[in-house]
Amino acid sequence: MTDTPAATPADRLARATPPRVARKIRGLSDRAIAWIFVAPTIFLLLAVNIFPLIWTINLSFTNFRANRNREVEYIGFRNYERILTDSDIWLTMQATAHFLFWTILIQVLIGFTLAWLINRKFRGNDLWTTIIVLPMMLSPAVVGNFWTFLYQPQIGLFNYVVSFFTGADPSSFSMIGQVNLAPWAIVIVDTWMWTPFIMLICLAGLRSIPDYIYEAAEVDRASPWRQFWTITVPMALPFLMLAVLFRGIENFKMFDLVVQLTGGGPGSVTELTSINLKREAFEKWRTGYASAYAVILFVTVFGLASIYVKALNKVKER
Amino acid sequence: MTRNALWAATALTALAAPAAMAEELTLCWAAWDPANALVELSKEFEAESGHTMRFEFVPWPNFADRMLNELNSRGQLCDLLIGDSQWIGGGAENGHYVKLNDFFDAEGISMDDFIPATVTGYAEWPKGTPNYWALPAFGDVVGWTYRKDWFERPELQAAFAEAYGRDLAVPQSLAELKDIAEFFQGREIDGTTVYGASIYTERGSEGVTMGVTNALYNFGFQYENPDAPYELEGYVNSPGAVAGLEFYKSLYDCCTPPGSSNWYMSESVDAYKSGQVAMQMNFAFIWPGVHADPNVGGDKSGYFPNPQGPAGHYAQLGGQGISVVSYSDSQDAALQYIKWFAQPDVQSKWWNLGGYSALRAVVEDPDFATSQPYAQTFLDSMAIVKDFWAEPAYAELLLAMQDRVHTYVIAGQGTAQEALDMLIEDWTETFEDEGKL
Repeated sequence: MTDTPAATPADRLARATPPRVARKIRGLSDRAIAWIFVAPTIFLLLAVNIFPLIWTINLSFTNFRANRNREVEYIGFRNYERILTDSDIWLTMQATAHFLFWTILIQVLIGFTLAWLINRKFRGNDLWTTIIVLPMMLSPAVVGNFWTFLYQPQIGLFNYVVSFFTGADPSSFSMIGQVNLAPWAIVIVDTWMWTPFIMLICLAGLRSIPDYIYEAAEVDRASPWRQFWTITVPMALPFLMLAVLFRGIENFKMFDLVVQLTGGGPGSVTELTSINLKREAFEKWRTGYASAYAVILFVTVFGLASIYVKALNKVKER
Repeated sequence: MTRNALWAATALTALAAPAAMAEELTLCWAAWDPANALVELSKEFEAESGHTMRFEFVPWPNFADRMLNELNSRGQLCDLLIGDSQWIGGGAENGHYVKLNDFFDAEGISMDDFIPATVTGYAEWPKGTPNYWALPAFGDVVGWTYRKDWFERPELQAAFAEAYGRDLAVPQSLAELKDIAEFFQGREIDGTTVYGASIYTERGSEGVTMGVTNALYNFGFQYENPDAPYELEGYVNSPGAVAGLEFYKSLYDCCTPPGSSNWYMSESVDAYKSGQVAMQMNFAFIWPGVHADPNVGGDKSGYFPNPQGPAGHYAQLGGQGISVVSYSDSQDAALQYIKWFAQPDVQSKWWNLGGYSALRAVVEDPDFATSQPYAQTFLDSMAIVKDFWAEPAYAELLLAMQDRVHTYVIAGQGTAQEALDMLIEDWTETFEDEGKL
């Protein structure tokens, strides 16, 4: 039996349902039927996303510690005040900002350049693409571990390469043990791992630009330089911005790679906010304090991402 | 019911009884050499009791994290837990451990039979009171291993005597230890560049704290005013404590292998066994492994207690007690294990297998000191132990110290005075939150 075009979802559902249930369903409006289908998803969303968020906000106003059997007290905004006036927290914010800024900047520059080169047709194009994307297929824990060996001052390949080009003694510096080098050590590894991701998205953007636009530009005698700045960059920009958004959100949450590489040290120079938050919540067990910390980070990421998405939409509209 | 049926029922009940009583016990501990020895030892318990033993061993860097999460979530993974000495306060106050006083009284187990430092360190809470939450299971202490074969080389002895005006021998003080470490740093031995000493520098768990305290204690650091609990000012940051922290930094700067900025037990022992360093700081548990090592074992290595400093002679206590987890459904069987483990002959086997018994009958045996080349050093070290806070908020106190010490010693940021002053601020905040101040 085929559906008649006029059949409503309720009719179709009723036909495929036992008669007793069908009679009940026929009495429901389309809107009610739609709600029945959507309700499980909404319930799941409320249970695993919204409820924990509300509960976290609630805990952020308490002195609750999940490892204690003592009475919980509401302490107002004291946790927020302590966090925002804690110089150590601001140092982790600075470390996170440094990591975010440099990883994204370097990855965008290298990623876009690689995409631009790969987009040109040459022999072995596909093979090179595969080789370049290999790092992002690895587990961050594995990457962190083997880069720890590469950075080892006595046997690490990285130090020998630097030594080869600079003449410095390989064991005279420690990428993950020195305050001035450790923040760059994590930037280098993240760039090595995730530049291919930016490249792939940029490549998709470049391949979406129709050839006839370049042909028209050539007819108008536009130089390759001018074509690049007036066609390639503007048309690939929404893709690039999307890649930046993804990497920005990911790197704000960065945890595994850095824990494997430096553990947040030396001192606290590579202790990013996510590492610091985990220590507060699950090592020191300051649950209320950590909840307030999480709320502050959530508002920060959500606010920045909203502003960025608006900017992205404006670029797409152009 | 016929007579035959009655006999059958009786026979079935008799057969089924031991099976019903036999339980599966899970013992949780760190993943390290002594744990393997305990697996071997526990086979006897399985044979005697009919219970089956399962083991959950977690590598040291994740041990506290994993096990404290397990306890805090009231998990039933572990029936028995060999938990770190500093967990005893939290284990007792948060209801994670079963109090053992009644059990000890009923079974005739006396804490007087164990090394006093291990009873205070591993079993008591509050400290100094006869409230027991664990049986001392594994005595451990930070000590030093050195390359005896290098120390005995005539050319090195001559060079050292010329440079320092004394013999190259086991250091009697921390200052002498630093001289020796300096002497070996960057020296060519058998065509290889070697370094002075490997010391604890790890940041993530407890490493750098377990290392630096061996200098701090001996220079005059105290956790609190002995007469006024939780009074920190002038004790944690006393001039001696500042000098102790500066000493540890100077030792790290002058005399450790490149890249040793995040080293704990395993990295330190690897450096020693691979012939990179002349001396290594490490817990005593590694000594049986060093002694048996084909490259550096036997007569090639010697052992000495942490040397004294200008203000005293102490060493950082390690080791653990064995507790029954209060969330376990097999508490009776778990207590049975502890009763079995406390027996002198089992403790003696424990020592022979590589476990450091804390039972006085074992360590005070006339033959004990000569039973292994490191036995006397173990005894000497256990006589000078001091431990970190064992408060319920121990993790918070520990992480604060990890941060402050690592920032000064390894990252070289700020001064020793600033690091200890900030540590007091952190600890004061914790004790205020705890309602202790």
